[in-house]
Amino acid sequence: MATITLTISALPAHVRTARLMAATVARRAGIAASAIDEIRLAVGEACSRAVAAHKLHCPTQPILLQLTDGNGTDEASEPRADATSRVLRVNGSAAQRFEVVVSDRAPAKDTEESAGASMLDGLFLDGDDTPPGGISGFSPGLGLAVITGLADEVKIDPSDQGTVVRMSWPLAAEHPSDPRPN
Amino acid sequence: MDLKLDHYTEGDTEIVVVEGEIDVYTAPRLRELLIDLVNKGNFHLVVNMEKVEFLDSTGLGVLVGGLKRVRAHDGTLDLVCTQERILKIFRITGLTKVFGIHSSVQEAIDKRSAK
Repeated sequence: MATITLTISALPAHVRTARLMAATVARRAGIAASAIDEIRLAVGEACSRAVAAHKLHCPTQPILLQLTDGNGTDEASEPRADATSRVLRVNGSAAQRFEVVVSDRAPAKDTEESAGASMLDGLFLDGDDTPPGGISGFSPGLGLAVITGLADEVKIDPSDQGTVVRMSWPLAAEHPSDPRPN
Repeated sequence: MDLKLDHYTEGDTEIVVVEGEIDVYTAPRLRELLIDLVNKGNFHLVVNMEKVEFLDSTGLGVLVGGLKRVRAHDGTLDLVCTQERILKIFRITGLTKVFGIHSSVQEAIDKRSAK
């Protein structure tokens, strides 16, 4: 098991860096090519969410990313409801997972919206809907909905000290690694 | 790569060409362009996303914001997209029901004209 830790300032420009790093590490870990795009997007969503929360509550605090390839902890074992991504467990290697943990330090109660909340009603922040200091166009509920739809397993722990978004994907040996550059 | 934006007029429709990555960093520029076009009286928009390499929920939010604005003027906002990786994002968020998604700019214009 190897862990890569990345700390970013709460700025939208750094979300892309986090995304690219997650995709690179996932590719190196041997993640199925089809899942690389999902990881890139899900990690981007989790970081965008964290950046937006920090911008409102604690803009000087950093956001922490931990990327683990190999025998990740198996505590995020809630079954997923939908089947948008290929669940590759034919080898019985569910313990071999690529895990990404995004931790922010913004108190959760003011910033969280349930991913299961009404999808289109008041979810999209635009123009006058954007809170003061918020990021235009960003809606935390939609971001969480995308994460839930993309990650093979996802666990979101909001608390007063911040929110931890834990996502993981199986390390599949049956697909060759993706040769495309970032 | 960064986001590149362009637009041109075709009949009564304004075509917006988006290239690169639409994310939490770049989406505000797309939002400003859409608002600007609507403020200048363009109420029928087609956003060509064939060269979009990355789209996240912030980008989706901007597109829905644009749709809300043109609809306030009885206008339309259609998308051109055939890339599976981008279409998937519209699908998992249920937005395929909200946007008209077409395989070419011409198809987007023709379908609207036929309504």
